[in-house]
Amino acid sequence: MPSIAKPIVTHPSLEKNSLGLNLRAYEGAMSTLCAGCGHDSVTAAIIKAAWKLSLDPHMIGKFSGIGCSSKTPTYFVSGAHGFNSAHGRMPAIATGAAAANRKLIAIGVSGDGDSLSIGIGQMAHAIRRNLNMLYIIENNGVYGLTKGQFSASADIGTKSKKGDVNRVSPIDPVMFALSLGATFVARSFSGEKEQLVPIIEAGIKHKGLALIDVISPCVTFNDHEGSTKSYLYTRKHEYHVTDTNVIFPMDELIASIKVNGHTSVTMHDGSVIKFTRTPEGYDPRDRAKVFSYLEEHQKEGKVPTGILFIDESSSDMHEILGTTDEPLTQIPYETLCPGSKALDSLMAEFR
Amino acid sequence: MTGINDFALKLANVNGTGSASANGLLMQSMFRMGIPVAGKNLFPSNIQGLPTWYEIRVSKQGYGARALDYDLMVAMNGSTYARDITEVRSGGYVLYDSTWPLPSELHRDDVTFLGVPLAKMLTESVPEPKTRILLKNIMYTGSLAALLNLDMEIIEELIKEAYGKKQALLDVNRKALHQGYDYAKQHLACPLPFHCEGMDANGNKILIDGNTATALGAIWAGATVAAWYPITPATSVMDSFKAFSDKYRVDPVTKKNNFAFLQAEDELAAIGMVIGASWAGARSFTSTAGPGISLMNELIGLAYYAEIPAVIFDIQRTGPSTGMPTRTQQSDILECAYASHGDTKHILLFPSNPNECFHFAAKSFDLAEQFQTPVFMLSDLDIGMNDWVVDRLEWDDNYRPNRGRVLTSAELDEIKTYYRYSPEDENFVAARTLPGVNAKGSYFTRGSGHNRLGGYTESPAEYQEVMDRLTNKHKAAAKYVPAPIIERKEGATIGIITLGGCDLACREAIDILESDGVLVNYMRIRSFPFASEVERFIDEQDFCYILEQNRDAQLKSLLTLETRALKGKLQSILIYGGFPLSAKSVVEGIQHKLARQVHPDMKAGVITGE
Ligand SMILES: Cc1ncc(C[n+]2csc(CCOP(=O)(O)OP(=O)(O)O)c2C)c(N)n1
Ligand code: SF4
Ligand SMILES: [Mg+2]
Repeated sequence: MPSIAKPIVTHPSLEKNSLGLNLRAYEGAMSTLCAGCGHDSVTAAIIKAAWKLSLDPHMIGKFSGIGCSSKTPTYFVSGAHGFNSAHGRMPAIATGAAAANRKLIAIGVSGDGDSLSIGIGQMAHAIRRNLNMLYIIENNGVYGLTKGQFSASADIGTKSKKGDVNRVSPIDPVMFALSLGATFVARSFSGEKEQLVPIIEAGIKHKGLALIDVISPCVTFNDHEGSTKSYLYTRKHEYHVTDTNVIFPMDELIASIKVNGHTSVTMHDGSVIKFTRTPEGYDPRDRAKVFSYLEEHQKEGKVPTGILFIDESSSDMHEILGTTDEPLTQIPYETLCPGSKALDSLMAEFR
Repeated sequence: MTGINDFALKLANVNGTGSASANGLLMQSMFRMGIPVAGKNLFPSNIQGLPTWYEIRVSKQGYGARALDYDLMVAMNGSTYARDITEVRSGGYVLYDSTWPLPSELHRDDVTFLGVPLAKMLTESVPEPKTRILLKNIMYTGSLAALLNLDMEIIEELIKEAYGKKQALLDVNRKALHQGYDYAKQHLACPLPFHCEGMDANGNKILIDGNTATALGAIWAGATVAAWYPITPATSVMDSFKAFSDKYRVDPVTKKNNFAFLQAEDELAAIGMVIGASWAGARSFTSTAGPGISLMNELIGLAYYAEIPAVIFDIQRTGPSTGMPTRTQQSDILECAYASHGDTKHILLFPSNPNECFHFAAKSFDLAEQFQTPVFMLSDLDIGMNDWVVDRLEWDDNYRPNRGRVLTSAELDEIKTYYRYSPEDENFVAARTLPGVNAKGSYFTRGSGHNRLGGYTESPAEYQEVMDRLTNKHKAAAKYVPAPIIERKEGATIGIITLGGCDLACREAIDILESDGVLVNYMRIRSFPFASEVERFIDEQDFCYILEQNRDAQLKSLLTLETRALKGKLQSILIYGGFPLSAKSVVEGIQHKLARQVHPDMKAGVITGE
């Protein structure tokens, strides 16, 4: 193996957030990915967003499947529990953990192979349950860890490194999620940190499953000419449909920013997502319109990015299940067990 | 046999016509008369229109295994008349609907035919055809009450409990019941020579199925997250868990649930949810059958290697593949013992009846958390879905869950550095931490190679060290799992070894053999890893018969793999056609084996247990 310098994922900043923590406190182990891999930039964006949101590290649960992308939870927030599960099974593991402890801030990282092939069933059903989690797909069009086979997100006509041309139709995680009733759908690009960080922040704030499809090029197997998931191709075809700022309740009080002229969505905790750019007639709350807008523009080979759709009014998994506000893990056994007397009187029903 | 409180009847019906409630009514009325009784539902994998049978055995001695000699056949399904009538013992009775004459070729001289014109009476009194179909069951129940001397007051009481709030339904049912009763009283020789008479055997007993008891065990043990995918015969575990959670686990003030009930998209997800929830610190379980276990294999290996508790109730049915989904078997033993790829070995519990399902279900959570590993409770369709007369379920309020080694935030503050897999205790278990408690306890759970501390490794020595600890951990569990039930007979030199629901048939067979002068010792294995008593028992015997309900002698294989018992010392009796076991089949099996020992060239016998 060539010994190449591993990238430093963040540059240490001494600035402190409201918990008194600097960026360092949100870092993880040194990345072992290829130098230049898009996934490392996504990691850096997650670190930044978690720091900006002042998330309590030990309240974060990091979840992933298997793949280069799924390795990345080791590289951020080492003070959080992490669960690197099995290929395509991250959504179920996260669902169980979130069911047990609803106070955990669930951050899931997956790949296009992990989520769109072997794990497409679990991803679909996590979306349907509207599990309260951030669900990032680091989408590079290939299986990085098994050395460059086409994944299900590979576009028709895209070329593999060996020169094979993909002829089967791709699954677009954004359209897929929209069609399943996802309540937060975004797309971004690992090379667009300015855009990605606020999207991740909004995704974490969102009540329900926030799906972010991040085009994250694989420099080793899918960054050549003819690939539609290369840095060059993405830079050329990507454009911002929306730009957003997340305004926390505190900031609003201090700065009293006006949301004039633009769509803004209030999150369940009172913070506001302010869309500073949307095309004429585009409403990120109108699923059908978003769907047809994307269909139209993606057909032309464009890669629209930004927070594409948001619905803050739907129930999340815990509301649907009717679970108590307290984490189930914290309910004392004495409350859970009906006791001998209750069992005794129940026995009359079996006579 | 055959006499007062000692007989068997079989009811042949078409499924989906309401016969199930009449079957239950008969069973329950006998139970309330204080008589030991057992019911077995032999039903098709179908919603409506196929043959279905229900057998009731009344036994004052308390034998609850299937009887194969029927004293009375209630033949209500024209399409199975021919076969049903041949199953009645010589001198027995057939109750049939005499609205239409019975085809003469079905006639038997050695059997008494009891005709009740059910359809005719119903057409006269009930205008609505669909109601007529349902009421037919109640009407023959009335006739049976007269023939078998059942307590009509009890039956009426039961009908009232069922339809109490719907007066109109109550009235028509009551009327049909009496019509059937009166007709039999007037036209037939009531009661039959064998019939019921009140006893007092059920004072401390209940009538319950194993799946209901399993769900109760999970609730009383404090399980909060249930994830599953529907499959016969495991579904009713979850139906019960949901119903009892709605009853006992809803916060009286907020009306919110102190439980999460997750219907997963498949078993891959169901077990994933259980593992995720257990990892986060909840008591969590799934309930499934063989096909589900097959799908769960992948993540079971992850839970084993990463050392995450998980409780799996496997209600076994007949495999392989879809097999016979509504028939019973004990054929997932090896699949569960070694579930998943790589070297894995699990803790298994084998309950033999609903009472044990309740206690073993609760025990499963203690073992899973103490040993931080998946635990399988292997019930089956016979135990899970049939109503059994068992001791009342009792709970000790001093019980506190054994959560195993879990570090609190304060304990984490005390230690310098936390390592997930070190230090280990005398049972080779290290302390785990839960997310959301203390950043100092954070670690990265993974299914990939790790060293004794939990760090990633590809080093052979470091890898093996962890794998060997897992072997030792599994062995250590032998001291904590339920020990076998052993009954020795003075002078006996051979043993019968069995597990699960075969218990009843084996015990009865042992009594029958004893009355023939053959003495056998008995051991019912209740768990894997095998407690030390298992090996000792085998050592004591000249040879052992291992009786189990699968083709491949799975329990015997496990014994030869995991104890020092010599293969030649263990002989199999395998009955795996899908029906619950009868003592007769067991006796036949043993007599045949004994005969073959004297005449080695005798042909191997096949017992289907039909
Ligand atoms: C059950 C199973 N099958 C196959 C594999 C092999 N495998 C490992 S990673 C991977 C693909 C990962 O692709 P993706 O999710 O896109 O991640 P990337 O490496 O591209 O980031 C495969 C097929 C596995 N780990 N488990
Ligand atoms: S193989 Fe591709 S996806 Fe994997 S680390 Fe290297 S660049 Fe990233
Ligand atoms: Mg990929």
